[in-house]
Amino acid sequence: MSTETTTAVEPKRESLFSKKNRKLLTDPLDDSNPITVQVLGICSALAITVQVQQAVIMSLAVLFVMIGGNVIVSMMRNIIPDRIRIIVQLVVIASLVIIVDEVLKAYSPDISEKLSVFVGLIITNCIIMGRLEAFALGNKPGPAMLDAVGNAMGYAWILLAVALVREVFGSGAISFPGVGQVKFLPEGWFMANGGFYENNNLMILPPMALITVGIIIWIQRSRNRSLIEEN
Amino acid sequence: MKALHKLIEERVKPNFTGDGKLKRFWVVFDALETFLFTPGHTTAKGVHVRDGIDLKRTMFLVIVAMIPALLFGTWNIGHQYYLSLGDITTADPWTAMFLDKIIVGAIKVVPLIVVSYATGLGIEFVIAGINGHAINEGFLVSGMLIPLIMPVDVPLWMVAVATAFAVLIAKEVFGGTGMNILNVALTCRAFLFFAYPKQMSGEIWIHDVMAAKSGGLLADGYTGATALGHLANTVGQPVQGEVSNGVMSMFADGGMFSLMNCFIGTIPGSVAETSALAALVGAAILIWTGIGSWRIISSFIVGGLVMGAIFNLLSLNAYMTIGPVHQIVMGGFMFGAVFMATDPVSAAQTSTGKWVYGFLGGLFSIMIRVFNPAYPEGVMMAILFMNVMAPTIDHYVIEANIRRREKRLTAAVA
Repeated sequence: MSTETTTAVEPKRESLFSKKNRKLLTDPLDDSNPITVQVLGICSALAITVQVQQAVIMSLAVLFVMIGGNVIVSMMRNIIPDRIRIIVQLVVIASLVIIVDEVLKAYSPDISEKLSVFVGLIITNCIIMGRLEAFALGNKPGPAMLDAVGNAMGYAWILLAVALVREVFGSGAISFPGVGQVKFLPEGWFMANGGFYENNNLMILPPMALITVGIIIWIQRSRNRSLIEEN
Repeated sequence: MKALHKLIEERVKPNFTGDGKLKRFWVVFDALETFLFTPGHTTAKGVHVRDGIDLKRTMFLVIVAMIPALLFGTWNIGHQYYLSLGDITTADPWTAMFLDKIIVGAIKVVPLIVVSYATGLGIEFVIAGINGHAINEGFLVSGMLIPLIMPVDVPLWMVAVATAFAVLIAKEVFGGTGMNILNVALTCRAFLFFAYPKQMSGEIWIHDVMAAKSGGLLADGYTGATALGHLANTVGQPVQGEVSNGVMSMFADGGMFSLMNCFIGTIPGSVAETSALAALVGAAILIWTGIGSWRIISSFIVGGLVMGAIFNLLSLNAYMTIGPVHQIVMGGFMFGAVFMATDPVSAAQTSTGKWVYGFLGGLFSIMIRVFNPAYPEGVMMAILFMNVMAPTIDHYVIEANIRRREKRLTAAVA
């Protein structure tokens, strides 16, 4: 006779890069992309995508604020009173944004000038607030960090794609922080020098950012049919 | 014709149907077949009263209505070219060098038409092939309108880029022919206007005018700017100042932009927009065949006249002293009223809505051109704006109708 003994299964410590956690990282790149699927953070995507270098700096800034915000709020999640959680989140985000802003002003004042108010407006970027509310408040710091990285990357690649299209066709150039803007089209191509080519001025104007984001959404949905809403 | 039909039915068609080896190109075959012969489609369900006129015939009649403007525009390109070089004078506009003018015009216009059609139809064929839709004739009119509203010397690749943009973003994205919110041809022009402003505004409206200017060949008084371009220079200038008086003298009787010249269209401008007369002939054809809405055309013109008259009464600057009739025969106003505002897809659909839509369109056209010298061609902006507003107008017209009938019903019941 054997007595059945059941040993309480000790909850297995979930590895940081388990399948579930990896999804936190990859989902925002496509299936739940903050810009093209959730349509958050659109204002900054339209405003600072004229040049790639601005988009890179903006992406890094958002990445920093996002990771910092998600991890800090996640660590404090059990002591934040529910009623004032938005205010607490705002304070955390605002402090991080101020750090970013000061660093930018100190080390690359010209880009800081070009980004103007949009660094300050990271505070109101819906993606960050959204992730704090939806994820960091209910999860441990580890997954919260992965979630932050995933969403910031999802935001960043759309920004870079839009900026690349706009800069190549609008200015005939590509720029990168530290390198500056490189015009790669021969001067002789331009009409002012007797050539045939002219930069597309509409690309510089904000409406074209909207249309470019729209085209990215179009391509994404034609490849990923599960995103198409039924009506 | 019968032999051709038999040949197509027996030899060509099997290749495209069923397991024929060209079945991937069925849409192309279908488009060309229905172009040649009346399709044998019948209504599947219910009783419908069918008119003999289908999309293809509608589009074709609109193109017929555009022919006067196109022919006049072709002649006018040559006319302006030789006038600017001083080869002819305004004393004998009609007989001198008639053939040369037509040839110069044709050399400029034909490539524009070819590029516009090739780009637009190419995209339509590809998209219809991908989606498995039948190709329809929506682009026939747009493809003709696009070259007619271009500056003479616009580079052809720009026309191709703009046409591709307009067909894809203004039309195919929304679901193709009949689903577009904005007028496709005007979207094309607006794209060019914002994307390549140097090629779309300023002193570019006569063939080769910049080269003639730098070579010192230009006849006295010629600059290559349109009437509206000249007038835009007076904004912000005193009414009786030197600039204003110089410009206004061109608009007096006997000047380059006199009322008569503007009406007939012997002035610089886009390919076919200059002639109010040709546009009115087109309007007559459209209204007579019942294709263009007479409500939109007439209310558009009335709207322009009202705004012109108000400005004329105020006369705050030199631009406003131009009379209302003179205002509406200048620039693309008439062409826009007849061929752009009446686009049955993007215009308002209800009868009352059409009155409001046309009236406001005309009103805004004049308002934009007078108030904002950066947009001398207010018609384009005004019609695009009204395109966006059209569903709202229709909504309120329908709501009002429902309320009216509800009231009548409750009154009858009580």
